[in-house]
Amino acid sequence: MGAFFSPFISQPDTVSRIMFKVLLALVPGIALYVWYFGPAILVSLTLASLTALGTEALMLKLRNRPIAPFLKDNSALVTGWLLALSIPPLAPWWLIVVGTAFGIAIAKHLYGGLGNNPFSPAMVGFAVLIISFPVQMTQWLSPHGLGAVELGFLEQLKYIFLGVLPPNMSLDAITMATPLDTLKTHLHLDEPIKQIFAMPIYGRLAGQGSEMVSLGFLLGGLYLLATRIISWHVPVAYLATLFVTAGIFHLADPSHYAVPLFHWFSGAALLGAFFIFTDPVTSPTTYKGKLIYAAGAGLITYLIRVFGSFPDGVAFATLLMNICVPLIVLYTQPRVFGKKGKRS
Amino acid sequence: MRTLYQFHGGIHPPGNKAQSTQCGITRVPLPSRLVIPFRQHAGEAAKPAVQAGEHVLKGQLIGMPCGFVSSAVHASTSGTIAAIDAQPIAHPSGMPDLCATLIPDGKEEWFPHEAVDYRNSDPADLRQRLRMAGVVGLGGAGFPSDLKLRFLRLHPSQKIDTLILNGAECEPYITCDDMLMRERAAEIVQGAEMLRFILDAGEVLVAIEDNKPQAITAMRQAVTESKLPFEVVVVPTIYPGGSAKQLIRVLTGLEVPSGKLPTDIGVQCFNVATVYSAYRALAQGELLLSRIVTITGNVRHAQNFEVLLGTPVQELVALGEALPDTDRYIMGGPMMGVELASLAVPLVKAGNCIIAASGKLFPPAPPTLPCIRCTRCAQVCPADLQPMDLYWFAQSREFGKAQAFSLFDCIECGACSYVCPSHIPLVQYFQFAKSEIRARAQEKQAADHARERHEFREYRIEREKQEKAEKLAAKEQAIRQSRAAATPANPVPGPAIQPEIQAAIERAKAQAATVEPKNTDNPTPQQLAEIAGIEAQRERVRDLAKSAVEHTNGHDKN
Amino acid sequence: MLSALLVMAGIAIVLGAVLGYSAIKFRVEGNPLVDKIDAILPQTQCGQCGYPGCRPYAAAIASGEADINLCPPGGEEGIHKLADLLGVEFKPFGGNTAIKPKSVAFIDENVCIGCTLCIQACPVDAIVGAAKQMHTIIASECTGCELCVAPCPVDCISMVPIREKITTWKWKYPVYSLAPAK
Repeated sequence: MGAFFSPFISQPDTVSRIMFKVLLALVPGIALYVWYFGPAILVSLTLASLTALGTEALMLKLRNRPIAPFLKDNSALVTGWLLALSIPPLAPWWLIVVGTAFGIAIAKHLYGGLGNNPFSPAMVGFAVLIISFPVQMTQWLSPHGLGAVELGFLEQLKYIFLGVLPPNMSLDAITMATPLDTLKTHLHLDEPIKQIFAMPIYGRLAGQGSEMVSLGFLLGGLYLLATRIISWHVPVAYLATLFVTAGIFHLADPSHYAVPLFHWFSGAALLGAFFIFTDPVTSPTTYKGKLIYAAGAGLITYLIRVFGSFPDGVAFATLLMNICVPLIVLYTQPRVFGKKGKRS
Repeated sequence: MRTLYQFHGGIHPPGNKAQSTQCGITRVPLPSRLVIPFRQHAGEAAKPAVQAGEHVLKGQLIGMPCGFVSSAVHASTSGTIAAIDAQPIAHPSGMPDLCATLIPDGKEEWFPHEAVDYRNSDPADLRQRLRMAGVVGLGGAGFPSDLKLRFLRLHPSQKIDTLILNGAECEPYITCDDMLMRERAAEIVQGAEMLRFILDAGEVLVAIEDNKPQAITAMRQAVTESKLPFEVVVVPTIYPGGSAKQLIRVLTGLEVPSGKLPTDIGVQCFNVATVYSAYRALAQGELLLSRIVTITGNVRHAQNFEVLLGTPVQELVALGEALPDTDRYIMGGPMMGVELASLAVPLVKAGNCIIAASGKLFPPAPPTLPCIRCTRCAQVCPADLQPMDLYWFAQSREFGKAQAFSLFDCIECGACSYVCPSHIPLVQYFQFAKSEIRARAQEKQAADHARERHEFREYRIEREKQEKAEKLAAKEQAIRQSRAAATPANPVPGPAIQPEIQAAIERAKAQAATVEPKNTDNPTPQQLAEIAGIEAQRERVRDLAKSAVEHTNGHDKN
Repeated sequence: MLSALLVMAGIAIVLGAVLGYSAIKFRVEGNPLVDKIDAILPQTQCGQCGYPGCRPYAAAIASGEADINLCPPGGEEGIHKLADLLGVEFKPFGGNTAIKPKSVAFIDENVCIGCTLCIQACPVDAIVGAAKQMHTIIASECTGCELCVAPCPVDCISMVPIREKITTWKWKYPVYSLAPAK
């Protein structure tokens, strides 16, 4: 028996349970993903899960740490799933494997494992992939009924694992750019925004299909808020900043800048607001700090989306704001009971 | 209706209070043996005032308060002091402390004692009475009550506006204050009036958490009957709402400044059981010899007992009939209690509850994982601290930073450990860091003190040297002057000094002649034997020391 | 060209004047580094470092003459603190330096002959007594430097380790296992 010190009672929640609830909250988004884009995403989720657990186990063994309790904490699965949901499902199998393995091995374990990583492992994996394999990272599926041709599940598997397409079929026919990317490309061609949004790829708010997936993530996020796994500060500050920034630009020049809601429901904004920026390990611990962090992330997301060269800004916003976390925390310490004013 | 305030954080652990409130307070039969520690309070241990073998009466002083923060200790019943030695006590270290073992004679013969009319007494006299009656805080900390009744006015207008009776009893399982308020409300109210008199306080509030409706009713009735202008305030049930600083915040909206006392903001707070024992001490002259204790947890009969201080815990456990799967015992509540090293430890003034625990009742926590900075601890911290940061500093031994992040404002309530999903023993880390910091401060103080003494010694040696040199120079000067006066024409240095030396030698000789031979010549045989004995002992010690040195040397070489 | 030279020269003169002024105005008496080092040293004044006291050792460290790992009473922690202060690598104790538990000297009063040699040796005046009178140690002032042990002609001084009491007990660093026992 080890030392037995007070308190002798504790609430039953564990890291494992928290992470499991995060995974659970991702399910509605994944379900809608499958509904609109087909089951290919399930393949990358499976690949990501296996790679995440395998890399985690390997790194724990190399670091001479107990394997079972850490594998059961579900944190590696969260990393894998977040990365899988951020990259094109039709990308070759090794892409998700490389990204997940890099995130877990380098960004998580080389910094000390669970709880010690300054950067979000999933987003580090994403950044590595988009910089190293930009071509593969654009192979997004088109939603049902939009692509020129649609692959069956078996054909998708064949392409993911073997890189073989059915005869007489080009990659361009089955994949397409994301709504964010399309907007950027066409704006560069000086097309008015109204005309661009008339394209079939766009739905009511943002991308056809992808807007519904974002809605799924929003639902999952509300579940996390309701179960108090995340606090309101990050999603509210992030979405508000994104909305306000997009709103200002839209009001200034409606023909060039999309409406704020488009930015909410495009790309990984809602996934980020509820699942990525809320990662407890890499975000500030103080309420005020969370607000600053999320607001900064919202601003950077918008700037990269609209003025940067990458299609989406969530990953880089995460990493850039991760760097600032220690500073933000230091300067947002709350007032301690019985002490006057603020603590420096 | 009074406006209540809130403090940040807090938790709502299951209360488990119903089990031990089914029947009233029962007196415990006289045990066969009492072990009375001399340290039952915060501060200096009392100094033993009796000797082993002495017969004492009930209420006789056996431990004299020693130092400013100290309190008296008394014999809980009449009997014989069997021993005064180190016995196991309830302490997280598991270390023994000085106790008096008392074998009762069963007569319960009282030492003469008298009541006092507090209204015609000087508050200072009443405080001294409480100190000698051994009245200390019965809520857990055991701080001597007389010191809490001292109040230094910095300016004449300063006053205690509010006296709070703490009947919150926020910790799960514990019900001793609840039962006391239900059964002895009138005495508590009278005691409160006495304390109010000593402090010259304004309003008196009795704070009771809303999970004790019967205690609230009883106290309200007692207040009405006493016709005193006290107010019974129902406060929401939240842990640690019974912590003095937090309770003061809830009732008055004021925060006791960090490092200050409640009296600095015109508030003082006493546990209801302390108030009750103050009443007994002043109105009946009865010293603090017993207290109400909750026996609960994994027992067949959870109940509150009135127990003589010093009663071994095993006798209490026997009364509650602990179930067979009980594997450990806790003194205090499940949030801040101490696991008992043995059942032989005595019940002390601060021991409000004994919980029999089993693996089923308090299941072992899941394995500890690293902190994921989920901030649940910060959300529940009643002192608005950032426990995850403090934990980080404590575990990496960055004590300076821990202090800068207000480690010493932590009240060790355990709320952070309770909610931690990684099940990190946060409180233990804070206790560790605090005691390290305290020890270092003491070491630093000792080093500074040593430096001062060393420097003074250097200065002293230097001064002595100087003084010697000055004296010498002055002497020489005097001689030269006298010689110059005697033989101004022919100064010959040699023989001139001689008479002085000669005189000194002669003086010494004369002195030697007059000195009576003392015990060195013609010693008696008895003295000779003594001298031989001493010589032999010196020889033995020398040998011992030598062999010890050789032994350690040999050891080093190995 | 000329204006550039003049500007540079002007800046040089102004800065030089400021530096010179501050050197006089903020002149520090003594060597502040020695004070800082001295503050870390445990003040046992034992001379185990080879210097006659803590301050001379501090001065020797400050001048670069002595190493930082010569103070056994300070323990490894003392070396760590010195290394931090001076920005140098931690150095473990040399081979024959043993770290002893904190002790105080104890005089066996049955044996003491009252020679005052220990009183003269004590660097902090922690021994009371006079010639041909029994001596005793004021335990609360003793730094455990052992300097009194050697001069005693009858070897009546021994070092007694300070035992942990309930009042000096410290909470231990929490130990727990990540995984349940295998």
